[in-house]
Amino acid sequence: MEYGPAPESAAEALAWLVDQGDSFGHFINGAFTEARSDFTARNPATGEVLAALTQARTEDVDQAVDAARRAHPRWEGLGGHGRARCLYAIARLIQKNARLFAVLETLDNGKPIRESRDIDIPLVHRHFYHHAGMAQLMASELPGRRALGVCGQIVPWNFPLLMLAWKVAPALAMGNTVVLKPAEWTSLTALLFADICRRAGLPDGVVNIVTGDGTVGEMIVAHDGIDKIAFTGSTAVGRRIREITAGSGKALTLELGGKSAYVVFDDADMDSAVEGLVDAIWFNQGEVCCAGSRLLVQEGAAERFHERLRARMDKLRIGDPLDKCVDVGAMVDAAQRDRVAEMVGSSAAGIRYTPQTALPEHGAFYPPTLITGLTPSDTLMQEEVFGPVLVSTTFRTPAEAVTLANNTRYGLAASVWSENINLALDVAPKLAAGVVWINGTNMLDAAAGFGGVRESGFGREGGWEGLSAYSKADEKTKPLSPVTPFTGEPDRPAGSGAIDRTAKLFIGGKQARPDGGYSSDVYGKTGRFLGQAPLANRKDLRNAVEAARGASAWSRTTGHKRAQILYYIAENLATRADEFADRLNAMLGGRSAMKEVETSVERLFTYAAWADKYDGQAHGVPIRGVALAMREPVGVIGAFCPDDVPLLGLVSVLGPVLAMGNRAVIAASEPHPLAALDFYQVLETSDVPSGVVNILTGRHEELAPVMAAHMDIDAVWSFSSSDLSAVIERESAGNLKRTWVNNARTRDWAGAAGEGRAFLEAATEVKNIWVPYGE
Amino acid sequence: MTTRQEDTRAQLPQAVEHRNPGFDQLDDGWLRMVQANSSAIERRCATLPGRRSVKKAHQAAWLCRAISCMDLTTLSGDDTPGRMTRLCAKARQPLRTDLLITLGMQELTVGAVCVYHEMIAPARHALAGSGIPVAAVSAGFPAGLSPLRLRVAEIEESVAAGAAEIDIVISRRHVLTGDWQSLFDEIRAFRDACGPAHLKAILATGELGSLRNVARASLVAMMAGADFIKTSTGKESVNATLPVTLVMLRAIRDYHARTGFRVGYKPAGGISKAKDALIYLALVKEELGDAWLTPDLFRFGASSLLGDIERQLEHHVTGAYSAGWRHAMG
Repeated sequence: MEYGPAPESAAEALAWLVDQGDSFGHFINGAFTEARSDFTARNPATGEVLAALTQARTEDVDQAVDAARRAHPRWEGLGGHGRARCLYAIARLIQKNARLFAVLETLDNGKPIRESRDIDIPLVHRHFYHHAGMAQLMASELPGRRALGVCGQIVPWNFPLLMLAWKVAPALAMGNTVVLKPAEWTSLTALLFADICRRAGLPDGVVNIVTGDGTVGEMIVAHDGIDKIAFTGSTAVGRRIREITAGSGKALTLELGGKSAYVVFDDADMDSAVEGLVDAIWFNQGEVCCAGSRLLVQEGAAERFHERLRARMDKLRIGDPLDKCVDVGAMVDAAQRDRVAEMVGSSAAGIRYTPQTALPEHGAFYPPTLITGLTPSDTLMQEEVFGPVLVSTTFRTPAEAVTLANNTRYGLAASVWSENINLALDVAPKLAAGVVWINGTNMLDAAAGFGGVRESGFGREGGWEGLSAYSKADEKTKPLSPVTPFTGEPDRPAGSGAIDRTAKLFIGGKQARPDGGYSSDVYGKTGRFLGQAPLANRKDLRNAVEAARGASAWSRTTGHKRAQILYYIAENLATRADEFADRLNAMLGGRSAMKEVETSVERLFTYAAWADKYDGQAHGVPIRGVALAMREPVGVIGAFCPDDVPLLGLVSVLGPVLAMGNRAVIAASEPHPLAALDFYQVLETSDVPSGVVNILTGRHEELAPVMAAHMDIDAVWSFSSSDLSAVIERESAGNLKRTWVNNARTRDWAGAAGEGRAFLEAATEVKNIWVPYGE
Repeated sequence: MTTRQEDTRAQLPQAVEHRNPGFDQLDDGWLRMVQANSSAIERRCATLPGRRSVKKAHQAAWLCRAISCMDLTTLSGDDTPGRMTRLCAKARQPLRTDLLITLGMQELTVGAVCVYHEMIAPARHALAGSGIPVAAVSAGFPAGLSPLRLRVAEIEESVAAGAAEIDIVISRRHVLTGDWQSLFDEIRAFRDACGPAHLKAILATGELGSLRNVARASLVAMMAGADFIKTSTGKESVNATLPVTLVMLRAIRDYHARTGFRVGYKPAGGISKAKDALIYLALVKEELGDAWLTPDLFRFGASSLLGDIERQLEHHVTGAYSAGWRHAMG
């Protein structure tokens, strides 16, 4: 009772390659360029050459960007319905040629035909269908949004066409044009897609595809004519892209690596959890960024779970990816296989298990591997393997499971297995991950956003939440010039008799002298000496971050509670309105500061109002169940306040940060710091818990690199008039924290641009929790 | 957990497995640990047909195996001795002679013939010398709501009439009310009444309300000494399904892992296509292993499945799609 061979024919796909002359140029402005034979596409299961490909040169990338740039106005101008028609045509054409795409993908990538046929390609046309709808609805549902322009998109080799779809569909829907580079190892389905674009009647230049290695990717990343970079791939390359694009004004989304936890409680359906691992880590040979590669099993159940798992592994069929009975195909390239072998080989820890199944003699195959008995200190528990290698450790309690699961630099996905709804729904929100599957794994759909936190990157692909990565607010800004402090005479008028006031930093709920022991003089417009403000240094910043990290309870409070506190801050500010107005008038000159105070009070009301109303969504994903898109606080947010509106700027930043449950480390207006230091007295009387708000004064340029590089800060915003954008974006690459910088452009703080959804979105992460149900 | 001490070698001629003796007492703790996550189970079942595919000569071999594992069944109020003669002739020779010869399967017969009590004698007569056992449905089939004393007596009478296998129905009410002890006692009593005849416990899974209940009922039946667990009578509105099958197979695997005894599995009702039969066989192979792919441990309860398999096998032999009237009716 053996299965015997059940081969899928490669004839049609190979015939298509022959029709294309077995060689491909780039797809630029609606036509293929002349092919050169710079590198080859190979079938990793056999080593056979499939086609010759062309390495893009600078002029090719220039041409592609130029074509995209020229196509953009008409494409955006075509309107949502016109774009929806094109996206619909693409979806239909992919569906009609589904098997050709699937076989070609398997030939090029080595993944089992079962997966390319049943998972990759169906998700691809689903994504285009879904986003045809997004184009259709853009005008009515996303008023005031418009396209970013030209998007440079760089996709990986593990899901070549699916990752293309995730990038191209939303970009096109929102009216952008694209220059896309497939991975060097897997270009073929992208080129078949180019052919489909032509047949779908997509205007020339809307989609351009250039092929080649990482150097081509760098040309795209560094290109001046590109408005946005979207990258899926390794964390190392993502970090590099963050550094290269720093200060360029390019929008950026990164979907990077992971070491996703797969948590099994002792009340789980053990057999189903074992089967889930097949879909988690032996799906696509484990070459999956969100693979459940870190197994955490409750200690008392671990032995019997591992026993079942090993028995299940024995049943995995490994071999020819075109065989319909194969579970594990070839790795994408011998180089990747060797990389995995080296990584696993370099560690002796734990107990290894691989099934006795024979591997094919040739081709890039690696056996499914389980390593039990590891501890969090083992390298294999920490580093992404990107192969069919599962590592395992145990936990004792739900709290420990959460701690272990979050003990990682990554934060892409996680699975929770338990039949106890209380336990599962309690644990899921506590996991640091962009996607959590309850009693399931690797569930993906166009209607639910996908993307990570921490070093797994930022931005979401799919769902309503994914559209902000491809659109921007349609608002006018001007260049922002530096606001300089006023100068004057340090001495106060003789015989004034006033008691000296000492403004301090506000850290951990206490007034703190600056570590360095320096202060700077503050003068009014007329040159009058107003007082001294402390100069915070890196140690003050460190202390502030520690205090903010410690105030984690704030992130667990209810929206109602946060609203009450924000209202109370507004109330206390209003009580002292005259005093603040006087201070502002003294610092800025003029007599109109009461207006700024009133707007500040109103703004606090706005965010008190939002605190319990910025809801998540229940996405309509195609399962019996629901994907809950929950909005969670980002964590610790560091922010440089606007310099020109010392109070309103502070309140405009603090409001959304607090309302959404974040803790703040705030660098106040540099030239006019005193209002912020008065403001902590308001905070002290408003029941704001210690450490939730920390206020520093000092030199933005000095604090910015330290704040941006701080590993325990989750996001940095800058609205400073010092141009900190480049340094913040560059230094943020260390832990890939989220950044929101002004790129030296103005913002109308008193107007509509000074508040609202953009701030709320930046103050939250969307976590999609998939909850399948049914008894 | 202690298994009952009895002569585990008491077995039918075709059986090579030690019979499952069952437990002296219900293991309540084990029952309480049982979990079955419907969505995950459905996902496994939905993806299996795409993961396993059997083609050409291998498919022909699998379909022949399916025939040998078939309980050719008639459970109609209008069954007569004449009908039995026809059915049993088909049981002896399930395929047309030329197909059997081409396939090299001249010895192929079905696994058993499954009938009501009154048809045991005519079936025995018609099967004489073939070695094909007669299975009788019993214990108040299909609802199982007649007096326990009469249900036990029915089993004894059927065994006395020569049934080698007894397909009993369980009291669904015991499952639905969580009265596992009564369920255990009832099946235990049936098993004792069977004597040397093998007991197949029909769980009527379509009436148990949840997959978790299916898993628990499966375990209780095995603890009470069932030789087979079977999905359905064929009379419920929902009969054998892949999710129910997966749950029952996993229960069998657990039971084997704990006790060392292999209990058989019989899906019944609703399996009428050769393609479905292949999927069931693949699921058994994947979840339990090749040891279960024999008539001793696996049976299809089916009345119309054979017809489709015959057509598929003729297609395999000739390369042309077949027609129903080209094959002898049973």
